[in-house]
Amino acid sequence: MDFLRPTTLDEALAVKAQRPDAVPIAGGTDVMVELNFDHRRPGALLDLTRIGELAEWSSSDGQISLGAGVSYTRLIGELGDVLPGLAMAARTVGSPQIRNRGTVGGNLGAASPAGDTHPVLLATGARVELASVRGRRTLAAEDFYTGVKRNALEPDELITAVHLPIATGGEQFAKIGTRNAMVIAVCSFAIVLRDGHAGAAIGSAAPTPRRVAEAERFLLDELPWDAPAPLADSFKRRFAELVAAAATPIDDVRGSAAYRTHALGVLARRTLTWAWDTYRGSARACA
Amino acid sequence: MRLNVTVNGERRQADDVWEGESLLYVLRERLGLPGSKNACEQGECGSCTVYLDDVPACSCLVAAGQAEGREVRTVEGLAEGEALDPVQQSFVDAGAVQCGFCTPGLVVAAHDLLDRVPDPSDEEIREALAGNLCRCTGYEKILDAVRTAAGAR
Ligand SMILES: Cc1cc2nc3c(=O)[nH]c(=O)nc-3n(C[C@H](O)[C@H](O)[C@H](O)COP(=O)(O)OP(=O)(O)OC[C@H]3O[C@@H](n4cnc5c(N)ncnc54)[C@H](O)[C@@H]3O)c2cc1C
Ligand code: FES
Ligand code: FES
Repeated sequence: MDFLRPTTLDEALAVKAQRPDAVPIAGGTDVMVELNFDHRRPGALLDLTRIGELAEWSSSDGQISLGAGVSYTRLIGELGDVLPGLAMAARTVGSPQIRNRGTVGGNLGAASPAGDTHPVLLATGARVELASVRGRRTLAAEDFYTGVKRNALEPDELITAVHLPIATGGEQFAKIGTRNAMVIAVCSFAIVLRDGHAGAAIGSAAPTPRRVAEAERFLLDELPWDAPAPLADSFKRRFAELVAAAATPIDDVRGSAAYRTHALGVLARRTLTWAWDTYRGSARACA
Repeated sequence: MRLNVTVNGERRQADDVWEGESLLYVLRERLGLPGSKNACEQGECGSCTVYLDDVPACSCLVAAGQAEGREVRTVEGLAEGEALDPVQQSFVDAGAVQCGFCTPGLVVAAHDLLDRVPDPSDEEIREALAGNLCRCTGYEKILDAVRTAAGAR
């Protein structure tokens, strides 16, 4: 096995073009488990932790460009105010040690249906930036997840950044697990409400993380945006039904399909209440 | 491959390191530092926690080559000569050590917490230690030890 250690992005892309078999390693919190248990024996490891460009974030025009290699701990500490939904998801990842190393780029690379950042990226309308020696492209998050643990990366590409809007309304993420730390989501849900946008997405409840289009459409059409009043229970229940109907979960050791579907409805109802409260608060603050 | 890494303030070198092996393996099997423990090799238990450039990490999930040129501080590097670090002393005094397998990782995690938050609440202690499993103590004595250490520092 080779250990490749580029120090710039250009160098890394050149290496990846030459060695498409090289497995990128950022925080290593997915890759090293596979190596330790002999589930994977790649020809080479491509260490991304020395590439400064990947470990930076910047902000312009109401958008954050978040480098693929920024750790969850830094994301929470440095961007918790402007990306509250993503920070909520980041706080539920693993443990402090895992959050110190793990990255959003790694979550995307692994593309697990249970990955915690995915529902938020989908709900907020994030774009994933990919680069290769051939150039750069950005994809809507929903086009990035292509199957169970599969994504749209070409063999010569690296994930460089995620672009997402600074929160202006309400954002929520919630996840079901057996304890508060160190749990892979049994199911998860994210919702983002801002002027002209209602995003909602489910995790661990279908082959890929996915948006729930009908439920989003319902919010966009039916929420009392112009006179934001508290929502009736019947409204929240309808939303919960639409979310649950969009799930196609499986039975596995973490939970049954029926439980997941039920729990998603509960998460949808609660997070809608919280996100709408925040949206109403921000709408009042602007008035 | 050859690995150069500063461990507990000393420049160390290891040869014939396999590219896919973990920093934990290097520390224990190549550098003679068995303080950091190997229990799960999958990030779940925290018994292998070390500082990597001042940030606590599970050394079982750090590829050896990622530590090249970096600074590692293990549980062996916390005491000043014979004098235990206050966190270590509090673990002894509070009876927070039974079989001791989890102790090195917990000591490093608690040490980092108290560096960042000198007077942590119980919630902050629980959160900071959420990635460290102990199968013996039931955690109460560990919480006592961290509270005592916070007072002693
Ligand atoms: C104990 C434990 C608990 C965990 N808990 C959670 C949890 O609660 N929620 C959760 O979502 N995940 C969890 N995980 C999984 C993991 O921590 C996350 O998926 C994390 O985001 C991975 O990031 P990383 O930087 O460590 O990725 P790595 O392990 O370095 O890489 C993961 C994958 O992405 C690829 N990759 C990484 N960076 C790039 C890039 N820039 N371009 C292209 N490909 C790239 C790698 O080749 C690999 O296939 C846990 C893992 C462990 C060990
Ligand atoms: S051995 Fe590293 S976390 Fe358990
Ligand atoms: S003292 Fe035995 S595992 Fe903690």
